[in-house]
Amino acid sequence: MTVAADAEIPGDITAHPPGLATRRFKDSAFIVWGIIATIIGLGTLVALVGELVNDGGHRLTMAFFTSYPSSDPAIAGILSAWVGSLLVIITTALVAIPIGILAGIYLEEYAPKNPITTAIEIAVNNLAGVPSILFGLMSLGIFVQILGNPDRWFGFLPAGFRNAAADMFGQSILTAGITLALLILPVIIVATREAVRSVPQEMRQGALAVGASKWQTTQHHVLPYALPGVVTGVIIGISRALGETAPLIMIGGLTFVAFLPITRPGDAAFEVIGAVDQYGAPVTPGATESVRIDHDGVVVLPDFSEMPVQAGQTYDLPHGSTVQFVASLGDAVESWSPTRWLGSEFTVLPIQMFNWTSRPQPEFLEIAAAAGLVLLFITLLMNGTAIYLRYRLRKAIKW
Amino acid sequence: MERDFTKKRLRLGEQIMESLLFVAAFIGVLIVVGIIYVVVSEAAKFFAQVSPIEFLTSTTWTPLFENPEYGIAPLLTGTFMATLVALAVAVPLGFLIAIYLSEFADARTRETLKPALELLAAVPTVVYGYFALLFVTPILQNLLRPLGIELPGFNLLSAGIVMGLMIIPYIASLSEDAMRAVPRSMREGSYAMGATRLETAFRVVVPAAVSGIVGAVILGMSRAIGETMIVAVAGGTQVQMVTSPTMQGATVTAFMAQVALGDIAWGTLEYNSIFAAGLALLVLTLLFNFVAFWLQRRYREIY
Repeated sequence: MTVAADAEIPGDITAHPPGLATRRFKDSAFIVWGIIATIIGLGTLVALVGELVNDGGHRLTMAFFTSYPSSDPAIAGILSAWVGSLLVIITTALVAIPIGILAGIYLEEYAPKNPITTAIEIAVNNLAGVPSILFGLMSLGIFVQILGNPDRWFGFLPAGFRNAAADMFGQSILTAGITLALLILPVIIVATREAVRSVPQEMRQGALAVGASKWQTTQHHVLPYALPGVVTGVIIGISRALGETAPLIMIGGLTFVAFLPITRPGDAAFEVIGAVDQYGAPVTPGATESVRIDHDGVVVLPDFSEMPVQAGQTYDLPHGSTVQFVASLGDAVESWSPTRWLGSEFTVLPIQMFNWTSRPQPEFLEIAAAAGLVLLFITLLMNGTAIYLRYRLRKAIKW
Repeated sequence: MERDFTKKRLRLGEQIMESLLFVAAFIGVLIVVGIIYVVVSEAAKFFAQVSPIEFLTSTTWTPLFENPEYGIAPLLTGTFMATLVALAVAVPLGFLIAIYLSEFADARTRETLKPALELLAAVPTVVYGYFALLFVTPILQNLLRPLGIELPGFNLLSAGIVMGLMIIPYIASLSEDAMRAVPRSMREGSYAMGATRLETAFRVVVPAAVSGIVGAVILGMSRAIGETMIVAVAGGTQVQMVTSPTMQGATVTAFMAQVALGDIAWGTLEYNSIFAAGLALLVLTLLFNFVAFWLQRRYREIY
């Protein structure tokens, strides 16, 4: 029935109420509003990428990935940042994936209805809403201040063990990896639960009926079918960990790292000149010392300015300076040892980008944008993969 | 039988596996306990030196002055202002997108747009901070200058707007889920009475899905309250009572990050002050989680 017909038969109770044209117009007009809102959302992504490419695209050269940060933005790079991010993420994955999957399986397949299960459910649900910076506070309190200090370990443990263990914690890659693992645990648990729940009951009954035990059923018949869903959750969790900055700032991620995580204070490659007090200030201010440098590196002077130094030269360095030798990739591979890198101090890509963003010189903003592009590319790629997997999953499996 | 699978051995393996699974799940509880324990015990050391009344009522936060004052109010006003701006952006946009996707768009459009929008939540927040500082702020400065408002380089307005864009997916996606969960029969009843899609959406679907929509908004809000990097980069670090979004100001989270970036000696009052700020943040987020939970229960329509 048309609008014109409405007007011709006034009083007809079967007719549409008046104003149908207006109502229909409003209906269509709303679609325009909806599309505008969607475009604003998607436009943000486009503007974001455009801004980063425009500001920092030209800095993405090979040298950018193979150079250490520097006080000179023209030669600064993200070597220590991407290596740090990679090592932290490996640690995170090794901790979070097994725990998250096992916890998800427990809650879906095993958990009895009792108060402990309820407590676990409430905890997992609430953790997803806890700000990431609070995970950083917890790690600062437990992994840095308590476990990072051999005197605060259980006294009955042998001192050698306490020292070795405390060396691994503190402001280290291990602490950072565990912190991010705890942060993304709820993501992996929830994804695992959903994936496990979607496996039909008949699969389990079939396996149990031919004599499989509960774990055999779970391992051989539930998990394989749940795997794509689990993988999707893992990818999303890992990509979130990769972009996290705040918790790592809380536990003391460094903002200037001119070494790969093979070296640490106390090792030969990180040396403080002269006697200093607990805050790093020289005991005799103004005193200098003649130092022969045997590696290319950077000296951080007491006023925090940096001075590049070359191997074979001798320099007069004021007390309180820190010599940081620039370890080559070859050095890093040579002295590779998991216990060493797990306990090493670190920086990560987001912290490096944050540091450069907060400097006033525009040249630093360029490399901040370039670092942001690298970060954005990896996270969007990971999320894109997860979305594609989820899409395939929905299409492929019809129970 | 060649292989000896006695009942006992199997049962032992099963039990070990089950204990392992339980331990993994129980870690969730340990994390919650750990967060609460660390934050409360370190904050307690802070409150041993600073009276909780000063903390709650003083309007200045000046830890570095000779007569330091520790009032959380300036940090809270910063957090609330940024969150308010974020909600002003994200709620209307997220709501429009949710209704459009749920009631108007066909399945194909929805399946394409929804994941694309979810990418907004995947962008690292430090990248958003850069975007707020160097893209949104200059645009806002140019827009506001003719109005006689001189926007400082650091301000909560641009930080809040970008935070709002970041939480759009939370609000849109979860609201859309809630609306799609409203049974088809209710829509059909409305259509049969001659209502348009828009009228059905606003008078039937939205009221029926209200608990889910409120939950989505509160989740987005608690994301905004806990967000650190956007405000730390673009909002400024000056701690002051914030009365206008065009001001610069530190939020609770930005303050914590700022202190942690400096080298703080363990056990000092300044070190403990970040845990007091953390406690305020924890209470705030738990409160909102609780309110969301309560509202959802109170207004849930069950079909």
